[in-house]
Amino acid sequence: MRRGRLLGIYTIVYLVFLFAPIALLPIFAFNDAAIIAFPLAGFSTRWFERLWTTPALHQALQNSLFIATVTAVLATLLGTCAARAASMARFPGKRAALGFIMLPIALPEIVIAVALLIVIRQVFDLPLTNWSVIAAHTLICVPFSIAILNGAFAALDPSLEEAAMDLGESRWSAFRLVTLPLVMPGIVSSLLICFIISMDDFVLAQFLTGANPTLPVYIYSLTRFVDSLPLIMALGTILVTLSLTLLVIAEWFRRRGAARAGLKTSGGLL
Amino acid sequence: MTALIELKGIHKHYGDYHALRGIDLEIRKGEFFSLLGPSGCGKTTLLRTIAGFEAPSQGTLRIDGRDMQGVPANLRPTNMVFQSYAIFPHLSVAQNVAFGLRRDPRPREQKARAVADALEMVGLGGYGGRAAHALSGGQRQRVALARALILQPKVLLLDEPLSALDKKMRETMQVELIKLQRNVGITFILVTHDQEEALIMSDRIAVMFEGEIAQMADPETLYRRPNSRRVASFIGKMNFLEGRVDEAGERILVDVAGLGRGEVSPEQAPAGATPGPTTFGVRPETLSIVYPGEEPQGRVAPGIVDEVVYYGDMTYYDVRIEGVAEPLTISMKNLMGRPVLDVGTPVGVIWDEKSLVVLSR
Ligand SMILES: Nc1ncnc2c1ncn2[C@@H]1O[C@H](COP(=O)(O)OP(=O)(O)OP(=O)(O)O)[C@@H](O)[C@H]1O
Ligand SMILES: [Mg+2]
Repeated sequence: MRRGRLLGIYTIVYLVFLFAPIALLPIFAFNDAAIIAFPLAGFSTRWFERLWTTPALHQALQNSLFIATVTAVLATLLGTCAARAASMARFPGKRAALGFIMLPIALPEIVIAVALLIVIRQVFDLPLTNWSVIAAHTLICVPFSIAILNGAFAALDPSLEEAAMDLGESRWSAFRLVTLPLVMPGIVSSLLICFIISMDDFVLAQFLTGANPTLPVYIYSLTRFVDSLPLIMALGTILVTLSLTLLVIAEWFRRRGAARAGLKTSGGLL
Repeated sequence: MTALIELKGIHKHYGDYHALRGIDLEIRKGEFFSLLGPSGCGKTTLLRTIAGFEAPSQGTLRIDGRDMQGVPANLRPTNMVFQSYAIFPHLSVAQNVAFGLRRDPRPREQKARAVADALEMVGLGGYGGRAAHALSGGQRQRVALARALILQPKVLLLDEPLSALDKKMRETMQVELIKLQRNVGITFILVTHDQEEALIMSDRIAVMFEGEIAQMADPETLYRRPNSRRVASFIGKMNFLEGRVDEAGERILVDVAGLGRGEVSPEQAPAGATPGPTTFGVRPETLSIVYPGEEPQGRVAPGIVDEVVYYGDMTYYDVRIEGVAEPLTISMKNLMGRPVLDVGTPVGVIWDEKSLVVLSR
């Protein structure tokens, strides 16, 4: 009994610790005061209105959306190839190769950022653009994409593709007609997760962004001005809502995929 | 009559592992051919080589006179029923069956009729609209069959298609498969590790061990005249007796330890006979027991009942005979008025030299 009670208290404290700061976002986003402090001053949507009329923000949002979309597509494309190879192909050094691909998960982002900065500026002497951010984001997203898609591919019976070939299809059309539809929920899930990761990233973008900042970098630049804090709160509210929605959709797709292949769900992010 | 499928000196290496070690095989048109062997002997590898999923490391494969080297699976006149059935879970039953017709130029309605006919043939008429992932094992197996047969392949390859089914279902499907094969007249190559299944279904059987064919024959020959101890013990129950071949000229004279001397025909030595020590095989049903009050007919050896296993229609006795290393297993029909004997009963064992097989060492 006592242990159960302690565990309950621990869970509550933990959840409060985790989510209270985030819960503050919408509270102050709708608060009618420029200062972040209690007591609240009344309901207002003026911060959201100001977001609407800030051109620099729109530019940052556009950059972020572009980067996130391209990153999601690239990382998922690479992740699909890698996950398929991991589950179906046999080749020497497979485990080592996969280990290296998964490594960026464990590396500090700042290390990746500095390393890429040196490669781009010093070694190749290229300018920093949205594409340098895309390269960095793809690097850190691929492991996540593989982790998501591994589940989808590992659940597939390898003889399905062979059966399609046996029935007259070429290797590619067997993949397209059988494997692709079966892993499609995993692919959608991977696209969404990579999109979120890219949208949320600050460290890599801060180092590698070109003349136009991404959204998180822009938000960071706003924090220098005290009176724009509620603005950040409003923006944060939008981003959190967006992220959570995408995450839920991604998980829904993953589960649906598992159910369609007649499997029990295991792993995944939610 | 030339062979439909012809394998010559097929070898397959997986890295260091030598999975197929020189397979020579000819399969005739319309034949029901089985590959029988224990797990890991290379049956699936051989089947996949014929289907085009594995390239042999050495040797030639011809189907219908055409060399299959470099011909991918999708261009071979073979179709396969996979061990896992490989039913496409995202498609309906009808879509599964119609999968191979994608490149077929016939109009839509004709194809739909072909699908319906194929489903009818395997006893799944009216199931076309069902979701494939919701089918039972037996139904999946039928869908896999229909999907392969609709393409009217020259050869249908079946990799342990019945092993996932329960005993009852398996027996039903065995009979149905035989009927189906006779109706469609397509050459079937069946992989199985179930000797009974192979005996029931096949016109000819190749018994494989460790990547080699140990014996290839029709079921009766295989059962009655196995050429080695390995084959004999893999197919049915066989008693092994030590002894020697005394003379192997025009007449083959043998001496079986514990039973006595006799003469055997050349057919009884499928692997040949050379004078010297050898092993003999004798099937349980070719031996019999003298019951109290019966007149023994033939040659009798005295023994003592060592073990009794009652099967209802049959009883299996293990009888110890002096001079024979292992007790001999004898199967007896439980006829009216024939009692089941107790352990320890002294009995006579009737044997016949004609039922002996001389096995290669
Ligand atoms: N792709 C592969 N790579 C390496 N070894 C393999 C491969 N495929 C099969 N083998 C090996 O070759 C041997 C024969 O395999 P195969 O699948 O042909 O056996 P099988 O007779 O079908 O057995 P089972 O009855 O268990 O299905 C096995 O020892 C197996 O481990
Ligand atoms: Mg096998």
